[in-house]
Amino acid sequence: MYKIVRKENLNPTVTLMDIEAPLIAKKAQPGQFIILRVDENGERIPLTIAGYDRDKGTVTIIFQIVGATTELLNHKEQGESIHDFVGPLGTPTHTDGIHKACIIGGGVGCAIALPVAQKLKELGAEVHSIIGFRTKDLLILEKEFAACSDTLHVMTDDGSYGEKGNVCVPLNAALEAGERYDVVITIGPLVMMKFVCLATKPYEQKTIVSMNPIMVDGTGMCGGCRLTVGGTTKFACVDGPDFDGHEVDFDEAISRSRSYPAFEAHAREAACNLFKKEVQ
Amino acid sequence: MAKFNMNPKKNPMPSQLPYVRNRNFEEVELGYTEEMAIDEAKRCFGCKNHPCVSGCPVNIDIPAFVTKVAEGDFEGAYEIIHRSSSLPAVCGRVCPQETQCEGACTRNNMGEPVGIGRLERFVADWHNAHSTAAPILPPKNGHKVAVVGSGPSGLTCAGDLAKLGYEVTVYEALHLAGGVLVYGIPEFRLPKAIVQKEIDNLKALGVKIETNMVIGRVLTIEELKNEHGYDAIFIGSGAGLPMFMNIPGENLKGVFSANEFLTRSNLMKAYLPDSTTPIHRGRNVAVVGGGNVAMDAARTAKRLGAENVYIVYRRGMEELPARREEIKHAMEEGIIFKTLCNPVELLPAKTDDPKDPAFGSVAAMRCIRMELGEPDASGRRRPVAIAGSEFEMEVDCVIMSLGTSPNPLIKATTPGLETKKWGEIVADENGLTSIEGVYAGGDAVTGAATVILAMGAGKTAAAAIDKYIQSK
Repeated sequence: MYKIVRKENLNPTVTLMDIEAPLIAKKAQPGQFIILRVDENGERIPLTIAGYDRDKGTVTIIFQIVGATTELLNHKEQGESIHDFVGPLGTPTHTDGIHKACIIGGGVGCAIALPVAQKLKELGAEVHSIIGFRTKDLLILEKEFAACSDTLHVMTDDGSYGEKGNVCVPLNAALEAGERYDVVITIGPLVMMKFVCLATKPYEQKTIVSMNPIMVDGTGMCGGCRLTVGGTTKFACVDGPDFDGHEVDFDEAISRSRSYPAFEAHAREAACNLFKKEVQ
Repeated sequence: MAKFNMNPKKNPMPSQLPYVRNRNFEEVELGYTEEMAIDEAKRCFGCKNHPCVSGCPVNIDIPAFVTKVAEGDFEGAYEIIHRSSSLPAVCGRVCPQETQCEGACTRNNMGEPVGIGRLERFVADWHNAHSTAAPILPPKNGHKVAVVGSGPSGLTCAGDLAKLGYEVTVYEALHLAGGVLVYGIPEFRLPKAIVQKEIDNLKALGVKIETNMVIGRVLTIEELKNEHGYDAIFIGSGAGLPMFMNIPGENLKGVFSANEFLTRSNLMKAYLPDSTTPIHRGRNVAVVGGGNVAMDAARTAKRLGAENVYIVYRRGMEELPARREEIKHAMEEGIIFKTLCNPVELLPAKTDDPKDPAFGSVAAMRCIRMELGEPDASGRRRPVAIAGSEFEMEVDCVIMSLGTSPNPLIKATTPGLETKKWGEIVADENGLTSIEGVYAGGDAVTGAATVILAMGAGKTAAAAIDKYIQSK
């Protein structure tokens, strides 16, 4: 059992938890993920690590309530425990030798982009961040990004906060003005990452994406997380989750992410009924 | 002892009827009664050179335990088996007896061999149902051993060392101990309660099991050795990496590795109606491959409600590598065998609408017919494609069961650990790797093989580890 030592609702649909897991906290690196099960008969879900405190022995996860398991997880309170928590899994984000980076986070993906931005800043790199949300109410981690970025664009689709538009707007402007980075690192919804890659491709601007496909074990055993990168099949759990965005077949990844729509909708509804809550 | 039973045939195994069982996940074979077991045991001649014992990878004293069964002393029989095997209830169910003990049985000269596997299973089940005696705990010898992986080789190694007084900790990557016994082999062939019972027996011996520990990530072999004070380490991390065919369409939705399909059903219990883990229930399912895992996947798909389940295998019926028993069971349950047939491409559903659930899903499999040519390096006749013989099968689920290779994680994080071409860890006949004090066995060394061979390797390594630590 793994204790929830802190819980904070960052916005109505996104929750932060610090989980007591000293061995994982000791080894975790930005870009890696954990797999958890909320209770004894729970589903295994992967979540990318949003932070860690090696001294306190805690690992931070930030998740959006999108399905049955995250719904159940969100109903656990500070002081309670979750059944299983395993990691750190996957290959850490490559940060060596980067002097100038553009970090682009979308929605809850910002939670995963943040430790990468922080680590790059710590290593002395110039960090330009763009974070995007649908609307003001969904904004998270603005202060934290501001603290580790040389420049920061906050975007909302509806213009209710920061600048209006998606993350590609300031990116395109910068690229057009001749700005180049050692790397663009983008983490967020598949569609957003796809469009960031389409934007950087004409400039041959190296772009790294963080994939979060369906997986079961997270150690290379099931192959459920496979995706096509540069024409060959890769397993996100062991070969990634970071990949060269210009090589990733996003359309296939988007299709594969919708493998169990009926089951997921039904499970979500059942979980919501359990808590007498309306399905959003 | 009463006189020999001269019946040329084994006592048949009571089983669920094929068209009942292919709709449920309960165990197919129900096991002998005491009377059946005694009657079957009396078929053993007690021949002088007992070839069965040399046919057994862990050298169980088979004639001795069979004699005890014939005498009705089932606990006595258990004690004999348990001296050599830590997991008799498992082996009685999943060993390929026809190529091991039973294949060597003298009674093959005049009919069927003694049903040694069925008797082993009976004895282990009888013990688990009747025995209440707590195990005798050996005095601790003050030495610590770490075991990586809780599959058959790891559990066997752990059990043997615990019996010798070692403090043993088993590290398991998944949330449940048992390795392939819980994620791979289905409930209807090996009930999970039986695996749990065997694991509980080990815990009663003092073995500690730490789940959710991916060695190589959270702790390395070096750290176990140098910082956690283990005198020796056994790596039994298995061969968990699934192989694919690398044909077009293999990443379509509805295409799975057998590992994924079986893990969802077995470990995650996705076959249960209230499961939190989804599983794809296909109507027309093709399982590509002909081993035991392919049979397990096909029979699971059938039980999940498929109308047609095909085994697609590039060689002929004779060459199927699965146990005869599994092939027989699969055929009885209505699995359709398409042998001498090899997939060349998987085709998507004909829709361009991304909102259509069928979008990006597999809808058909293009295959080519094969014929058998000259024997290849493995001694089996090499399958050769017949030009122009392509045809299409309508399928909405394809399960690739082509074998597995060892997980590279431990190799990648353990400097100095030598491995072979497919990542198999190099180990000598005692299981010693290229690093002092680090032993390995099971599929991690051999590549995908059987439960009993892994157990044999765990046993050998346990003896070698004991010798190594005692001589330090």
